[in-house]
Amino acid sequence: MKKQVPVPKLIFEQGRPGRIGANIPVPNTPEVNLTEAVGEIRETLGLPEVGELEMLRHFTHLSHVNYGIETGFYPLGSCTMKYNPKINERTASLPGFAATHPMQPVSTARGNFEILARVQEILEEITGFPEVTLQPVAGAHGEMTCLMLIKAYHESRGEGEQRSVILVPDSAHGTNPASAARCGYSVKSVPTDAAGNTDIEALTGLLDNSIAGLMLTNPSTLALFEPNIEKICEMVHSVGGQVFCDGANMNAMVGTTRPGDHGFDCMHLNLHKTFSTPHGGGGPGCGAIALMNHLEPFLPTPVIRREGEKVVLLKNRPQSIGRVSSFFGQFLMEVRAYTYLMAYGKERMADISRHAVLNANYVRERLKEVLPPAHDRPCMHECVLTAQQYKKNGIRALDISKRLIDYGFHPPTNYFPLIVPECLMIEPTETETKETLDAFCDALIAICGEAISNPELLHSAPTTQIVGRLDETAAVKNLDVRWKPCKSCP
Amino acid sequence: MAYIPHTEEDRREMLATIGINSIDELFREIPENLRVHGQLNIPSFLSEDKLYSHLAELSRRNSDLVETVCFLGAGIYDRYIPSTVAAVIQRGEFLTAYTPYQPELSQGYLQAIYEFQTMVANLYGMDLANASMYDGATSMAEAAIMAHGVNGRSKIAISRAVHPHYREVLRTYCWSVGLDIVEIDTEGGITSNFTPVDSEAACVIVQYPNFFGVIEDLGKARDAARAAGAMFIVVADPTAMGLLKPPGEFDADIVVGEGQPLGIPMGFGGPLLGLFSCKDEFVRRIPGRIVGRTSDHDGNNGYVMTLRTREQDIRREKATSNICTNEALMGLAATVYMEAMGKNGLRAVAEATVRNTQYAMKKLTEAGGKLRFQQRVFGEFVLEIPKSPASVQEALLKKGILCGLPLGDYYPELKNCLLVAVTEIRTKEQIDHFAAELKEALK
Amino acid sequence: MNVPNDLKYTKTHEWVRLENDVATVGITDYAQSELGDIVFVELPAVGRKVAAEENVGSIESVKTVSDFYSPVGGEVAEVNSSLGANSELVNEDPYGKGWVLKVRLSDKAAAEALLGPDAYKATLDH
Repeated sequence: MKKQVPVPKLIFEQGRPGRIGANIPVPNTPEVNLTEAVGEIRETLGLPEVGELEMLRHFTHLSHVNYGIETGFYPLGSCTMKYNPKINERTASLPGFAATHPMQPVSTARGNFEILARVQEILEEITGFPEVTLQPVAGAHGEMTCLMLIKAYHESRGEGEQRSVILVPDSAHGTNPASAARCGYSVKSVPTDAAGNTDIEALTGLLDNSIAGLMLTNPSTLALFEPNIEKICEMVHSVGGQVFCDGANMNAMVGTTRPGDHGFDCMHLNLHKTFSTPHGGGGPGCGAIALMNHLEPFLPTPVIRREGEKVVLLKNRPQSIGRVSSFFGQFLMEVRAYTYLMAYGKERMADISRHAVLNANYVRERLKEVLPPAHDRPCMHECVLTAQQYKKNGIRALDISKRLIDYGFHPPTNYFPLIVPECLMIEPTETETKETLDAFCDALIAICGEAISNPELLHSAPTTQIVGRLDETAAVKNLDVRWKPCKSCP
Repeated sequence: MAYIPHTEEDRREMLATIGINSIDELFREIPENLRVHGQLNIPSFLSEDKLYSHLAELSRRNSDLVETVCFLGAGIYDRYIPSTVAAVIQRGEFLTAYTPYQPELSQGYLQAIYEFQTMVANLYGMDLANASMYDGATSMAEAAIMAHGVNGRSKIAISRAVHPHYREVLRTYCWSVGLDIVEIDTEGGITSNFTPVDSEAACVIVQYPNFFGVIEDLGKARDAARAAGAMFIVVADPTAMGLLKPPGEFDADIVVGEGQPLGIPMGFGGPLLGLFSCKDEFVRRIPGRIVGRTSDHDGNNGYVMTLRTREQDIRREKATSNICTNEALMGLAATVYMEAMGKNGLRAVAEATVRNTQYAMKKLTEAGGKLRFQQRVFGEFVLEIPKSPASVQEALLKKGILCGLPLGDYYPELKNCLLVAVTEIRTKEQIDHFAAELKEALK
Repeated sequence: MNVPNDLKYTKTHEWVRLENDVATVGITDYAQSELGDIVFVELPAVGRKVAAEENVGSIESVKTVSDFYSPVGGEVAEVNSSLGANSELVNEDPYGKGWVLKVRLSDKAAAEALLGPDAYKATLDH
């Protein structure tokens, strides 16, 4: 049954000239001649003119045709769509935090620096690295910052030009090679073997002194723990390279194992994945990085550190790579992350990874008859399954995903990692009940049955939302990325 | 634990289905020497009531700018935020959604982004805008790299009157990717000497109003760019766009900015909102996500992320940027702000800003300060004072006034100066109080 | 899979039609069907010198980008500018109206040594 909600109109098709949607501030200073004060004034300003209630209803209607974690199960692989606790929203809204300016004197922001120092310290302990900075503002930004540290490290040893290559697994997330390119590196691919591990022999062949480093996700994007991780790090170190851990899959490891103990030199974290800060439709992210002491001199400035009783800001850092974002990072997100970390504490922290891994393996077990796992090994916090067998029925992974929408679920990730054909990557997270997992698995089992008996149901899916599958070719060819009052308007 | 619902029975049933006896068996591939044994050395957990009081106590260690009156700007502004903004962005359907990769389930957010893109483009007078970047500083750095991508040149010419932190971020990005930076000098508070803008320059970057609050004549920078065949990039304050002629009308190629003044709290500098807009001809080169309008196969209007092949997950090392997650929720806040305030509200905010700023300039010069630059300003100005700005700042803080930014650390020639910002929510009484206390402090 | 008999091919799914010293080049029916709806073709500049197997452009569908490799060496004599507004020609008529570029050959012998239709078909069977 198609969703019965009003189809939202564009805001530009609503309102009337003269309306305003807020009880705006009114100055009580003397009037001025504006043209004298600022010069030429613009004639037109293309913003809507709607009343406050009108505007609010507009967004209420939009929210009714949008799906979030609070709507239902959201099993996107490697995105860690766990519950975003409401208490985090309350603490982040405290005026004592929200109404502070990043350039106000340090002595007037002691509470903020205390939060930043504590988050750094807890993350150091969780990851097993002695240093953390919170200045990167998203995962990709954190990856790039780590690569910048590695670049600066090699340059400091006179090997900057020689070490021009970064190795990236063929299963890596696209941000890995993109971030490497942003640091002036060329990228070479390291194959994954049939068991789902980094191909050690191939890696050996690629290692020489042109290698600046290796980027590895652990657990991998195949959701498998790299059993040879210590050996791999040793191998890269032996040719003078550095090893970066993509920490997107940290949810499998919190409290159970620490990348700093695996041999990595640095890692990035996604606080908006593992540590529950809200995804907000695609951001803000929060890309803390953790690193070993030999990379510490290159940290972005300013460095925030506890010295005795106080938390200080270190600005005079001659070897620093400089600044990577405007101020200290995503501060109000750090407040949320801190709240979350303190809700778990040392007693409960390991429960996160233990239940994340339990949930993923449960789903894997329940589905293995209809959607075989890509590898015959226990998975970590997500499972990678293949829908290859349905290709002969004319069904692809995408079709299964679209049909899941009709069953009321957000689909899992499709077609990533690239090396598993027709794959579905399912990450339940630890905050889902067994009943939810069972309902999801039952739905998938039914859909796989439909794939054989009535594939048209999948091809035409979804039919229960306000739109069906969209013409993405037309979206590119008839590019329309902004509203205009008329077709021929400039 | 509230967030993890599993009971002992849940675990037992699930383990039985999997065919194992304990969760530990699921970690058997992790070498024993790499397992954490016992508890991590971190604080004990807090229940929710204690969590709140703990965080509240930490927040009270700050001098917040509700109690203290804020005259500090420098890229982050204490502006009016309509109550509707929080009401909308706190809705779970928006707050807890992911990137809209499944458009059928995300039409709400996708449409909001389409509206955002339209309004940002209109604000800046440009053809189109993307779905957001991290902040103004990285937006600017990405614009410089995009210019290099367009014309292959490796020199980035940037005015000294651009925000010092933005120039620092640019320096880091340019070092990383192998581009050179040349700074264009200022005189009397405006960008003056465009000679470095030659045939090797990929772009010219100026700020509008500039870091000193001065409204520069963008035509000069544009002419220098055109003469050199370089791209013309402007970093523009969105509130000022409520009144000033937008950079698009000066033929800017790319306009970027910091969207925090559009309904986002100062938040100690994060999260922020990078704005990015450009001309139609460069659309395939822009970084970040972009939403387009199309229809489904029944002809229903719908929205979808488009031009995806520019992005990292498809184009990998040849992507226009490595950016993945952006600032969608802050973009939504700005969308609510721009729709609530609308054309009339944004204009009113800009006008009130000018009024308050002009009044403050008058009162603070009467109190013993001097206007360092004889230029038109929008909402911020450089005030020269006969005593050390740091000491005056300290004295005024005791009176509940954050008087502005001492500039000595950033511009040595301005070591006797404060950068003072006056937004639309400042009152005559607050400005009078500032002037009275300044006079006292300068005695 | 349409594999015309009068053309030469490469392993990377380009085809070549040789007419004296000018080679007309495009992508094969197999390639266009793998890509799906083509939305954009990035073409090199006319006059550019290209080497055999050099990456000279790209062919984009909605969800993928495929590098385009010149099968032959020489100078770009002409590019198919109608692909700007009508990129779907590559899908509809890959060997005809969907041609991508014309190269004035520097090495005719090398061009003639490319895969014949049967050899190309054999690569598709894997």
